[in-house]
Amino acid sequence: MQVDRLAAGGRIDRGRPLSFTFNGKAYQGFAGDTLASALLANGVRLTARSFKYHRPRGIIGSGVEEPSALVELTGDDASANQPATTVQLRDGLQAKSVNCWPSPVVDFGSVNQMISRFLPAGFYYKTFKWPNWHLYEPSIRKAAGLAAAPQNPPAGGHFENRFGHCDILIAGAGPAGLMAALVAARAGKRVMIADEGREAGGSLLNRRLTINCRDAAHWVAETIAELNTLANVTHLQNASVWAYREHNYLMVTERTSDNPSLIERNWRVRAGHVICATGAIERSLVFGNNDRPGVMLASAAQSYVNRYALRPGKRAVIFTNNDSAYAVANDLATAGVDIAAIVDSRNEVPREVRATIQETDVFAGHVVTTTKGGRKLRGVEVAPVEGGKSQQISCDLLAMSGGWNPAVHLWSQSRGTLRYDDQLACYVPDQPAQASSSVGAADGKLTLKEAMKSGADAAASLCATGPAAIPQSDDIDYSISPLWRVEQAQGPAFLDIQNDVTVDDVHLALREGYDNIEHVKRYTTGGMGLDQGKTGNINIVGTVALQKDVPLQDLGPTTFRSPYTPVSFGAIAGIREGSVVQPYRHTPITEWNLDRGAFMYEAGARWRRPGYFPRDGESFQDTVNRECRTVRNGVGVYDGSPLGTYELKGRDVGRFLDHIYSNIMSTLKPGQGRYGLMLSDDGLILDDGVALRLDEYRWIVSTSTGHADAINSHMEELLQTQFPDWNVFITTVTSQWNNATICGPRARDVLAALSTDIDTSSQALPFMTFADGQVAGLPARVVRVSFTGELSFEINVAPRHMRELWAKIMEAGAPHGIEPIGSEANHVLRVEKGFLSLGHEVDGTVDAHDLGMGWVMSKKKSDYLGKRSVNLRREGEAVRRELVG
Amino acid sequence: MLNIPCPFCGQRNESEFAYGGPVKPDRPQPDKVSNDQWVDYLTQVPNPLGPVEERWWHVKGCGTWLTIWRDTRTHDIVEEPGDAG
Amino acid sequence: MQNYSIASLIRHGLNKHTGWSRAWRSPPIKDSYDVIVIGAGGHGLATAYHLAKEHGITNVAVLERGWLGGGNIARNTVTIRSNYMRDASIPFYVKSVEMYENLTRALNFNLMHSKRTMVDVVQTYPKMRELRRRQLTMDIYGSTYEQISEPELRRRIPALTGGGPNSRLPIIGGMVHTDAGVNRHDAVAWGYARAIDSMGVEIHQQTAVQSLMRNSNGAIEGVETNRGTIRAKKVAVAVSGHTTTLTETAGLTLPLRTMNLTAFVSEPIKPLVDVVVNCPDSGFYFSQSDKGELVIGGAPDPGQSFRRDIKQHVFEDTVTAMLSLFPSFKKLKLMRQWGGHLDIAHDASPIMDETDVSGLFITAGWWGGYKAIPAGGLTLAHLIATGQRHPLMAQFSLDRFRHLDYIMESGTTTAR
Repeated sequence: MQVDRLAAGGRIDRGRPLSFTFNGKAYQGFAGDTLASALLANGVRLTARSFKYHRPRGIIGSGVEEPSALVELTGDDASANQPATTVQLRDGLQAKSVNCWPSPVVDFGSVNQMISRFLPAGFYYKTFKWPNWHLYEPSIRKAAGLAAAPQNPPAGGHFENRFGHCDILIAGAGPAGLMAALVAARAGKRVMIADEGREAGGSLLNRRLTINCRDAAHWVAETIAELNTLANVTHLQNASVWAYREHNYLMVTERTSDNPSLIERNWRVRAGHVICATGAIERSLVFGNNDRPGVMLASAAQSYVNRYALRPGKRAVIFTNNDSAYAVANDLATAGVDIAAIVDSRNEVPREVRATIQETDVFAGHVVTTTKGGRKLRGVEVAPVEGGKSQQISCDLLAMSGGWNPAVHLWSQSRGTLRYDDQLACYVPDQPAQASSSVGAADGKLTLKEAMKSGADAAASLCATGPAAIPQSDDIDYSISPLWRVEQAQGPAFLDIQNDVTVDDVHLALREGYDNIEHVKRYTTGGMGLDQGKTGNINIVGTVALQKDVPLQDLGPTTFRSPYTPVSFGAIAGIREGSVVQPYRHTPITEWNLDRGAFMYEAGARWRRPGYFPRDGESFQDTVNRECRTVRNGVGVYDGSPLGTYELKGRDVGRFLDHIYSNIMSTLKPGQGRYGLMLSDDGLILDDGVALRLDEYRWIVSTSTGHADAINSHMEELLQTQFPDWNVFITTVTSQWNNATICGPRARDVLAALSTDIDTSSQALPFMTFADGQVAGLPARVVRVSFTGELSFEINVAPRHMRELWAKIMEAGAPHGIEPIGSEANHVLRVEKGFLSLGHEVDGTVDAHDLGMGWVMSKKKSDYLGKRSVNLRREGEAVRRELVG
Repeated sequence: MLNIPCPFCGQRNESEFAYGGPVKPDRPQPDKVSNDQWVDYLTQVPNPLGPVEERWWHVKGCGTWLTIWRDTRTHDIVEEPGDAG
Repeated sequence: MQNYSIASLIRHGLNKHTGWSRAWRSPPIKDSYDVIVIGAGGHGLATAYHLAKEHGITNVAVLERGWLGGGNIARNTVTIRSNYMRDASIPFYVKSVEMYENLTRALNFNLMHSKRTMVDVVQTYPKMRELRRRQLTMDIYGSTYEQISEPELRRRIPALTGGGPNSRLPIIGGMVHTDAGVNRHDAVAWGYARAIDSMGVEIHQQTAVQSLMRNSNGAIEGVETNRGTIRAKKVAVAVSGHTTTLTETAGLTLPLRTMNLTAFVSEPIKPLVDVVVNCPDSGFYFSQSDKGELVIGGAPDPGQSFRRDIKQHVFEDTVTAMLSLFPSFKKLKLMRQWGGHLDIAHDASPIMDETDVSGLFITAGWWGGYKAIPAGGLTLAHLIATGQRHPLMAQFSLDRFRHLDYIMESGTTTAR
């Protein structure tokens, strides 16, 4: 039974009832409800237990500001710690309270309440030291942590990313944002407008206002309809702008209902200009037991009664320090809620405001000192601000308004500055740091007329159009006199409801010397919850200001960090998962390797290579030993295609190579190759490899697989920044040449069996030379290099010929017992022969002398990269390790 | 994600570039400088609280090595060192 | 110093906690001190602590331009470990880890030190070989490192459900570093601050040093601050990313550049992981705080930066890598993200030394310096007080650059 649902009105669809469960009990709500509104409509007031003291808690807000009613969703859309106010109701939804066991009604953790006097802020810094923290940590950890994490990834559906480009991004589709969008869109700008709500309208959805003499909802609908006809407008709802980064780069996470397989989409938006129309958030008031279920933000009560057509209480007291709550009293009364009293901490209530409610008692100059009741509000105690006799007023709803904070989170993330506005008693945007402006309530324009005008003006000035026409509206003015805490509060007065931080905690922090606002925040944990203190942080600042007797200007708010509201990691990663994250590089032989049973692995620089080719019954070591013996005693073949290969052309290549290699390359004759080391200018080894001279102006530089990209960058940087007038052009040909390297004492026999027109005798093709010709009927370049220490022929062919070459090698080599060998055997063979093992012996800290390779350091060249440094290092006294053996 | 002006490709996302480090003074003739001067050249880079001249390689684009002035306090790309706010 | 214990907590509890005294004073500032420490972060406070405790030097001012404990100690991922690669590093960090384990008692302040071990998730053979090599060096200095199989790895980290045989980078095994742990960073700052205050050291917050002052011989003679000139013959700079900004006012350049390293936390959840998880091949690491948040770190932003926000694409890479190994985290939510400045030396190892300016000491180049706070304070105080380099930090000198004798630790682990 939706006992508290109104018979008519609201933006819910009574024709579409939805069933859901909360803490195992079945309920019904309507399409358009949030979980919070559906619970309230069903008369549920107690929804959670608090973090530290396990006090009973209810629903306080109606949107992202909710500090209290966190739920864990189970079933298909399992997720932890969702504010019930932002969970849209759907059929079959299963939710439960966090932080209580077995239920918020019977919660065993509530024993903490009884010892709460011994658990002040920071108590854990003072105790649990003996014998050590390990004794206590497991039980403390179990008690902390709110909900359990989802155990599995979402069963169905996916996340995705999309890029957005626009002239103007408008964050927020309330009255100011919509006005800005309308003006900019009509002027032909590419506009993107994103709003976190289910439907556009912002505060207009919660309030009963008129625009152009009609219900404001008409204006919202007309505006949206017009925007949706324009091709230059992208309009997103259910879309939270959660981060504002450098260079006007913003993140927007969108939940769409039109595509059920899409869980969330994260937009990365690069905007020419950003208009922050993020509205304002009502703040709570700080009095005794201000956390009892039934205490609610006035704006939330207003939203529930107007937008969700439910009665959040039967008899309400309004507690305020500003004008905006008077409209709430009116709306509640209209819906049949009995208004017991308005308690206004101001001694004088503006006459026009007072006039809006004729028949209600207004206790001006009074405050609520405490609330009465158990797990449900039964009444409040009211006393004069100046002191004096208190009286009790019975009620089951206390709607409080501590005034309004512009939602400056995005503005502040963009590095825009803030200033404290005395008149509005809040921080408002001051100077922008990027191409951005702030409009509407987010800019402290707290009446509808001002908000719409500021949105229109901001857009008009960007579009260089004349001032836009502003629709007529009927809002009352706003004035406030700040009340950071009720001095006469009886009982714990909570500043941060989520983290159970009270005024006493803040006073204790100050007493102990934690008197910077950041210290207060960290010592008490105030404002560090999921809601990041959206309703309460300012009261902490105010409480500190009162106690230290300094103006709020001097304290400043604590840093606003992204995200504005929590964002799922899935949305942040988008489609990037599995092989999409870092695609493999592989060679034409991969399939053959897999067929052959190779164990394939990542071998650096994203190349997937065969590690070894195990046979049945062989251990890893057996396999590697066998492959090594094959090369030492017979013949093996490996796929050397991943080696970095660069073709350098130009008149100055020889000179350039002499600069980057430690030995001399320019003296090579066409047809010759030479092994060399590349050093950094610090004299440390970057890479080793072979340079081949093709003709007078063309060379091939080959690098190790892992360092190929780095060497390419190194060469390009030198040429483009240090030697721009040298005539050298680099082409990456790693994937234009594949190679099969035949190695072992019988390598020449296999090459002969393949049939080639190249004379492969050691006289005609000595070590470190190469020849072009035909091998097995394929155009090929055969290079005499060796990384195994055995006789080796590197047969380079075009990739389209690689598989054919490989098959023919296996066929021709079969009588000689040829075997493929993997990277593991290659490592062993290198090390056995005393060749460099990159990544192990060469780990970025050694030079050639350390490795006993002083011979590779040219003495003839006056300069090359690393020479001076290697010599300088040898001049020092320091003892260096040297590779021996 | 910086929006980096490439002289050939226009404004491009930072993810297309590889960072190339701050611009150092020209490499001295190794045999014309003292040990200390050589070490300073190798190990010290400008580290201003403000605009720094730095290189980026448009590796996923046209391949050019480009130079920009970027304010290390704000990430703003400025025309010249004096332009920072 | 007021004693903190369960008994005192109950006693003050009965008295509405009105009897607690200030953890540190706010004394008037003097014209001169024996030693000025610039920066009330971890290293600055620890240096002052050991100056007072071991060397009896208490006429010390710690100057802080913001709030004490507000630098990197307020924004790091609290990983404490000693699995380093180089001979110069390992014994230093072994000492620091050991000191951390006893610090709660020494400071009478619960740092919530949790020696919960770190587990490396290894996905490539080259990385496994590198870590096994590191193990051999660590053995020499008594730091523990041990290889475990893939099934054992998954048993210890049940949430690790990715990295299977058909994934992009299949897990091949792990390494376990039982010496590693985490603790509460704010408590470390406050514990040191309370202890040094009780020994007579003065902490001056909102006191920004604008420049260093040298006398006619070139030696240090004090600092200019927003509160006037303060003199001292010995000045120690412990200001993380701002080291060069300060030393340049004394005409001193250093081989340091400032970068922004970021971290982020998830929403608080019930206990899920009870070790520090380090994934060097994927490039991220995390642990779960006692409050239940996962505290996650990855790579630094490219380029020099004095920003404290996060580069989106770097952050996305870290998240993506994490989800590939922990796919159940997809519905987990990001709660907060931030960055911190650190200055990285040319060889990515720290610099603790007296500079060419006589009397001017620096402790800089910390890149994961949280774990080094106790040993850093111990050894820098030793140098300031005695003029001799402590053997544990002898190699972290400025001299090493003169001989190009680098201590390269770059890229040897992900966890900072």
